[in-house]
Amino acid sequence: MLDQVSAHEAAPAGQPGPALAVRGLSKRFGDRVAFQDLTFEIGRGEVFGFLGPNGAGKTTTVRTLGTLLAPTAGSATVAGFQLVPENAVEIRRRIAIMPETPGLYLKLTVVENLECFADLYEVADPGDRIAAALRAVNLADRSHDTCGTLSKGLRQRVALARALLSDPEVLFLDEPTAGLDPVAAREVHELIDGLRKQGVTIFLTTHRLEEAERLCDRVAILNTTLRTIGRPGELRDQLFAKSITVRTLNPLADPGQLFTGLKAVDSWRQAGTTGSYVLAVSDPSIAAPVATRALVAAGADVLSIAESHHSLEDVYLELIAEDPEASRTEA
Amino acid sequence: MSKRRIWAILRKEVREYRRNRSVIYGMAILPLVFAIQPLVAVLRLSTEASGGLAHEHVLLYMLGIPTLVPVFVAAYSVAGERQQGTLEPALTTPVRGDEFLIGKALAALLPSLVIAYLVFAVFVGIVEVKAAPNVAASVMQPMDLLAQLLFTPLLACWTVWVAIAISTRSNDVRVAQQLGVLASLPPVFVTVMIALNVIQPTPELAIGCGALLIVLDVFGWRLVSGLFDRERLISGSH
Repeated sequence: MLDQVSAHEAAPAGQPGPALAVRGLSKRFGDRVAFQDLTFEIGRGEVFGFLGPNGAGKTTTVRTLGTLLAPTAGSATVAGFQLVPENAVEIRRRIAIMPETPGLYLKLTVVENLECFADLYEVADPGDRIAAALRAVNLADRSHDTCGTLSKGLRQRVALARALLSDPEVLFLDEPTAGLDPVAAREVHELIDGLRKQGVTIFLTTHRLEEAERLCDRVAILNTTLRTIGRPGELRDQLFAKSITVRTLNPLADPGQLFTGLKAVDSWRQAGTTGSYVLAVSDPSIAAPVATRALVAAGADVLSIAESHHSLEDVYLELIAEDPEASRTEA
Repeated sequence: MSKRRIWAILRKEVREYRRNRSVIYGMAILPLVFAIQPLVAVLRLSTEASGGLAHEHVLLYMLGIPTLVPVFVAAYSVAGERQQGTLEPALTTPVRGDEFLIGKALAALLPSLVIAYLVFAVFVGIVEVKAAPNVAASVMQPMDLLAQLLFTPLLACWTVWVAIAISTRSNDVRVAQQLGVLASLPPVFVTVMIALNVIQPTPELAIGCGALLIVLDVFGWRLVSGLFDRERLISGSH
């Protein structure tokens, strides 16, 4: 009880302060390390992506922060409460977890499933809350269908409605689009986007890098230990030098002489195709016009000059490629 | 302890049973087996043959119903949820382990008591109406009636805790049910021995058995409460 009070005083719910603060958190199962030495913070209202290959420890992290598993080392604050067994019920009151598999009672109707969870969360006005949650996931017209008769996408939506019932401060979504077809996945993306606009803090674990890039304010890449953390754009900048790609109709006679010494151009290399060159630059907005003028002056037929773009997938693959253990897992 | 959360689990369980034919059949067939055989035997007896009943306690056969019927539901309670993937979402809510277990236990206990008392009432009613007068009087021994009323909840409670304890440690529902039935056989054996007058029923024996069952029921609750470990249930680690 003392822990509860002190933790509550340290960062009361509903006041400024991170929604999640994790310091050196580790979890082992016997000799096996699930994750190790995680340190990060998530601000209130932030959508935080947690990426990593299979077996990286993403789901175990969610379960640990959700008080289902006890950490073996480190500390964390979840929704303003210190992550200790005495605070488990208070933490679970303030969070919701949508596991990878919906875990619905298939013989019960949608509304019966939600009634059960509304009572478990002891929500006030359960009828109104259930109706609102069903409206939020566009399932109001299917409320009396038996869950066993619903498609996988619809079951996922019911699970999301269930997670919204308690109006959680932190919502953990564990692979919410796993196994869904593109249309169903897009519907879930739109729902998550809607929640972000409402200011719900979302902790999203996913394999889908385009999903993380589209939905998340920041992402972390995990493979037992945290490999990197930041905004997708920042990660790209950290990992990849800025560059522009030049394409000409015919190969340049002396590209070295042309590109060397140009303002803001650090180096150059021939790209795979003939007449294609990649220039490493310090500032594309300076280098691109300078290179264009130089090419025109040299009489080159310029097809295109464009800033090179790297996706979050490039970042992920670059980090995973550096990690022999992850490469084996992926293989 | 939140009554609303216990009620949530209880109501959900009952709703699931109602739509699960194997549970309904399991809970219906067993009481019939325990009721029909003694009923047929009693109804075939003539008034002259009723003397033999003075040394038997036919009513006590039916204590097998509360001893075995709860196994079907209670053994499913945790292992079944784990098998169908519904345990994790439930455990991520604020529900406490004790609330979860009490909800599950009540959901197994209450229908079993209703079935046991109902079948017993039907048995008594048929014997009163259809059996030869002396036979009915021999069957309806007041101490046996009292024993039936008092031991039904005590035996059912014991079975519920044993079956839930097995269910928390098992990954397979059928294995849990089979082990649950096995674990419930000793009280059934004792009951049959008393019904056949192999063990002489006396008030002292009844009080002793009652006290023992109360102790076992409390012990069973403590055991189950101790076995309920979220981490082990979720991760499968031991």
